[in-house]
Amino acid sequence: MGRFRFVEDVALADCAVEIEGGDLGDLFETAASALAELMVDPTTVSVTVDRTITLETSALDLLLYDWLSELIFLKDRDRQVFTRTQVRVGGSGPFHLTARVEGGMIDPERTARRADPKAVTFHQFALERAGDGWRARVVIDI
Amino acid sequence: MKITENLAPQARPAGDCIWEIPPSAKPGMLVPARIYASEQLLGQMDAGVFEQVTNVACLPGIVRAALCMPDGHWGYGFPIGGVAAFRADTGVISPGGIGFDINCGMRLLRTDLTEDEVRPRLRELVDALFAAVPSGVGAKGLVHLSEPAFRRVMVEGAGWCVAQGYGWPEDLDHIEGRGCLAGADPAHVSARAVSRGTDQLGTLGSGNHYLEIQVVRPGAIHDPATARALGVGNPGQVCVMLHCGSRGFGHQIGTDYLRRFDQVMASYGITVRDRELACAPFASKEGQAYFGAMTAAANTAFANRQVITHRIREVFAKVLGKDARALGLSVVYDVCHNTAKLERHVVDGRPLDLVVHRKGATRAFGPGEPDVPAAYRAVGQPVIIGGSMETGSALLVGTARAMAETWGSTAHGAGRTMSRAQAKRQVWGETLIKDMEQRGIIVRAASKSGVAEEAGFAYKDLGAVVDVLHRLDISRKVVSLTPIGNIKG
Repeated sequence: MGRFRFVEDVALADCAVEIEGGDLGDLFETAASALAELMVDPTTVSVTVDRTITLETSALDLLLYDWLSELIFLKDRDRQVFTRTQVRVGGSGPFHLTARVEGGMIDPERTARRADPKAVTFHQFALERAGDGWRARVVIDI
Repeated sequence: MKITENLAPQARPAGDCIWEIPPSAKPGMLVPARIYASEQLLGQMDAGVFEQVTNVACLPGIVRAALCMPDGHWGYGFPIGGVAAFRADTGVISPGGIGFDINCGMRLLRTDLTEDEVRPRLRELVDALFAAVPSGVGAKGLVHLSEPAFRRVMVEGAGWCVAQGYGWPEDLDHIEGRGCLAGADPAHVSARAVSRGTDQLGTLGSGNHYLEIQVVRPGAIHDPATARALGVGNPGQVCVMLHCGSRGFGHQIGTDYLRRFDQVMASYGITVRDRELACAPFASKEGQAYFGAMTAAANTAFANRQVITHRIREVFAKVLGKDARALGLSVVYDVCHNTAKLERHVVDGRPLDLVVHRKGATRAFGPGEPDVPAAYRAVGQPVIIGGSMETGSALLVGTARAMAETWGSTAHGAGRTMSRAQAKRQVWGETLIKDMEQRGIIVRAASKSGVAEEAGFAYKDLGAVVDVLHRLDISRKVVSLTPIGNIKG
């Protein structure tokens, strides 16, 4: 199970997060959890939506960028946030992702809302191996 | 982005409140970096400001200098408070010089009401505004656009809204560019951006976006004649200020083109020191595509603020029992603070077409400029600078000095001094809301933690920033505005 922490001294106005995962799938799932935690209190979201996301990119770091960008896009287009994800990452260039995502509607009456992310930035953006696992740093524009 | 050692000490005085880092400070700099600040504000600027403004000075086609306003702090690519102009024929356009929230900006409305008249109904007004203007993550707009209508909004901006009944024809006279910038091209907007924004017209957003009821307190009118010319010259007068942008639509366009430029700029032989400065030649097909899409987003932001203006008028009319026209609820002005605009400026005695990037910076055209509304041409373009919800905001006007010195630009806000997490550790949102109410400011927010993040102590002293602008004569102080009611996402 991966872990994440929000880092304070990187972006005063926005949100920087460091993510660790045992493998790429774990890291991508943990990144999604961090994003959900940023947007809402996950315990206040009723799980009513179950969908699949597939992505392909030429570079592995862009796969992470596109993954989080997709979740931010769905937050606005469908007003959904995903609190549980199962992610498989494969390929060696191109790289591909298949994810099952579960979550629910952002309901102003029921959901404890937090920040509204605009975009994933390239500011200090990094995805790299760390020992037996992986780590990433992402700054999200709020 | 790596931080270069010892950049800040290389900022040498180049005039009163002007500091310059020479091109020799960093390999690749084509022009100097100029920072406009008092010594105190310069000392408060983080290392990222010096790194980023000198990185901007390396971009192809940059003219004269890379600039940073007194409220500068580090952003993505450009510093927040960054201004840079590039030759339209040989220079670049960069999403990092505009930001994801394209045409995030400010609108100020004036009324004939006084604080004494509004105070008894203030809570009702704030509650009604909170209900009428959707805010916060997941908010849905009240104007649903079909795809053909959305494409018209992209091209017509605030004018589309007025034609549909969301506003008055004279509103357009008091918006930068009349609420519709030339060059919008829906063909270069992705289907993703359209689908992301189609349900958000008339929403406020969250974070540092707000809708605020404010008062011009006695003693806060610094230039009575200009204040009267702008319609805000009465002590005790109530105004309404709005800070928001292009919402998910603009954010998606920013993401789309940052991603695209990251991949294509090598084909133009361009390398950048910071991936967030990804760019393309303005004259290239990619550069023109982004300009068309970015302008479409800018126009949609004007439309967003126009729809919210309409809702504000409806609320005031309903609560106070008088038509909005009878209340004098009119637009003072509306300014962008995240755009790139094609402007003609005089450079070395010759007119030159420039792509002026203002990232967390406001246009500040001076008296006599043809783009300044006729009603204000004698005094200069209104400049609306937002402060914190506890300390207030400022109204200034642009100057001839701004035209000569900063491409007609000035600051946009106060800038943060601490992280959101640190602010939340210092105060609970609920506690702050109660404390502010005791001080006469009523707050309604979609997120209590968001309120804590926006506490006044998390921001620099706006007065210090405004004083420097006035001292530099790139904007002149007109009035200070004190908040009494605030709606946040």
